[in-house]
Amino acid sequence: MTRKLEHWILLLVAGFVLLAGLFLTFKIYLAGQALLAVVCLAILGVAVFVYSSAKAYAFRYLFPGLLAAVVFVLFPLAYTFGIGFSNYSSKNLLSFERARQYFLDESYVVDGESYAFTLHADGPSYRLRLENDKGDVFVTGPLALKPLAVSVPAKRQESSDAPLSEPVDTRTLIAHLKALKQLTLQLPGGQSASASGLREFAPVRKLYVESADGSFKNQQDGTSIKPNFQTGFFETAGGEALQPGFKVNVGWDNFKRIFTDSSFSDPFLRIFGWTVLFSALTVLFAFSVGFVLAALMCWEALRFRKIYSVLLFLPYAVPGFISILVFKGLFSENAGEINLILEGLLGIKPHWFTDPFLAKVMLLIVNTWLGFPYMMLLSMGLIKAIPADLYEASAIAGAGPVTNFLKITLPLIVKPITPLLISAFAFNFNNFVLIALLTNGRPDFLDTKVPAGTTDLLVSYTYRIAFQDSGQNFGLAAAISTVVFLMVAALSLLNLRLTKANQGGAH
Amino acid sequence: MAIVLDKSHRWRVLAAHLGLICFIGLILFPFLMILAISLRPGNFASGDLIPSQISLEHWKLALGIAYQAPDGRLIQPEFPVLLWLWNSIKVAALSGVIGLVLSTSCAYAFARMRFVFKTQLVNGLLLIQMFPTVLALVAIYAIFDQLGNYVPWLGLDSHGGLVLAYTGGIALHIWTIKGYFDTIPVEIEEAAKVDGATPFQAFRHVLLPMAVPILMVVFLLAFIQGVNEYPIASVLLKQQDQLTIAVGIKMFLYEQKYLWGDFAAAAILSGLPISLVFLLAQRWMTAGLTAGGVKG
Repeated sequence: MTRKLEHWILLLVAGFVLLAGLFLTFKIYLAGQALLAVVCLAILGVAVFVYSSAKAYAFRYLFPGLLAAVVFVLFPLAYTFGIGFSNYSSKNLLSFERARQYFLDESYVVDGESYAFTLHADGPSYRLRLENDKGDVFVTGPLALKPLAVSVPAKRQESSDAPLSEPVDTRTLIAHLKALKQLTLQLPGGQSASASGLREFAPVRKLYVESADGSFKNQQDGTSIKPNFQTGFFETAGGEALQPGFKVNVGWDNFKRIFTDSSFSDPFLRIFGWTVLFSALTVLFAFSVGFVLAALMCWEALRFRKIYSVLLFLPYAVPGFISILVFKGLFSENAGEINLILEGLLGIKPHWFTDPFLAKVMLLIVNTWLGFPYMMLLSMGLIKAIPADLYEASAIAGAGPVTNFLKITLPLIVKPITPLLISAFAFNFNNFVLIALLTNGRPDFLDTKVPAGTTDLLVSYTYRIAFQDSGQNFGLAAAISTVVFLMVAALSLLNLRLTKANQGGAH
Repeated sequence: MAIVLDKSHRWRVLAAHLGLICFIGLILFPFLMILAISLRPGNFASGDLIPSQISLEHWKLALGIAYQAPDGRLIQPEFPVLLWLWNSIKVAALSGVIGLVLSTSCAYAFARMRFVFKTQLVNGLLLIQMFPTVLALVAIYAIFDQLGNYVPWLGLDSHGGLVLAYTGGIALHIWTIKGYFDTIPVEIEEAAKVDGATPFQAFRHVLLPMAVPILMVVFLLAFIQGVNEYPIASVLLKQQDQLTIAVGIKMFLYEQKYLWGDFAAAAILSGLPISLVFLLAQRWMTAGLTAGGVKG
């Protein structure tokens, strides 16, 4: 009974998911993204196969999870690589199709011929009357005059028409000006007109007309513009680029800029150097502190070890975004508690946020504070695995604790901990949160063209290029991400090797 | 232990205690400081470690209650701290549940079934979880920007989109749960199958109840990860009432507007529950991971 019910519920859910998927696919197709729609359809097809074929039984369990990993991890990575080869930026935000449409929708007001217009009340609505110099008169039907962009027809006034009421006064006219400005009147003969003043309507025309060769002819001044698929802009004959640009593939340009254009390669190399130094020093400091504490926590002669270790663990338990901001406040130059204490005790007031060297020191202090409990936990686990008889033997040989520490404990945990240290290095290589919340990369370099900070890591530098500074250069940011990604991949592979070598040694 | 204790031993123990107490003092300093600041009147740093005058103004503002300044003005809370905290909890809990459902079934297949490409898929997942999402921020932004055109509640500035983005990090969960399933003998499920259970029933009624501890641990880890996540949320969310606490709380400390006292209260208010969950999870984590599925 319950089995049957379960079966039906599953079937119902599956049907619902399938329908929702199909609906979404259809919506995407309607939006003109045919390729994306095909991909969605393919995923749905695979899903139907997996859940109906007995052969793919194991994949019924795997499919949702693997799909999530592919869609939300692999796809963004691949997409990042793709963007790295494009000129996607705030200047080249639109697709070619959308940019083309933008220019085709442009219009201009034709000078010279204009229509004097008057507004006439007609019950609760209004009618417009247009008259030109030649005495042609056009009227519209009753209009609601809401401030919406609408296009309405205007007919030539016939003598048989009912006469209009008296024109409204200027005050009423001004009250409706906003709605009038949005009005486009379709006149007989294909012309259209919109408001060009308080008393005037003037004919408007499309600014650009597409020619057969793909160029756009400017109807106002007779020049023409052409899409340039190298730069991603519509350009005039003189080579002047017009906004908005569109996305095009630029090949290796972004990568070339990173490595050969000195205004990009210079800050890139400096930031790369600091990123490596920062990760290495962080791991070194955090591990040193954590390891010494772990050795102490494993020393049986020491009482209250439980209480100590809970307290030592605290920095790890508090969410990073809170501790980092707490330190941002504490280190604050004029108002921070740290400088108040330093001034009181030593009479100094270090510029933690404006001096590049001190900013780096501060980052390392904070990150060591955040990271040592993890290192301590790791080391404690490894130290406890060291057989006690080794220490007994060394005690018989008359060795002191320092000798024990350096000759037994340290050498024995170096090998198993190396892969974990590499992971920690890779993590800090991409420690975006610390930089973003504490210094935001500042103080900035003064001698670079692109905004880059002395404390920026490669990831926060990428973030600034992509999301913060005026350019919003997604293409360049994605290219840098790709380069960083390759470095991380190399580290991961090295790590995998070491882990395997370790496991091989253990068996 | 058979270590011969010499004279210097007592001094060493004493030195170790002293060193540790100093170090712990250093660690507690920021926490005590922030507590003091949250109770001091005004948004200034100057003041004593133990406040001479205690004021609850910052706490009132953090809790969303307007407060009357000494000069009689009514000061309205500047930021919706409780709403941000709720947003964080909602997003983290949802992504935790979804991630758990997806990774449990995956882990079951990896632990119990035979299928083509199994080794490759397992290794692939191991590699995937090493890639930091920060590197794909541009792509994630572009994808959700696009997605929002078709499904608004999954686009930018939506919690649905954020939950979906967090769900990608399930590779690690799959590994953790798979490791636990491996400790449960296959024979238990095989007995169920002999009694006529389908693989799904064996999974649902036999294996799953035994795996509850690890599922709790994985959910808590995913939850903590979700609450603490900053980069993706900072890119996807822009409107003030949509922010998570990790993104929002930064607003207290803008250079031009340094609301140090208000920040302190908000930080304690939002940090304390998360820290407690983390400490508890840590304890369960060791228990859950080391216990194994079979008792006795």
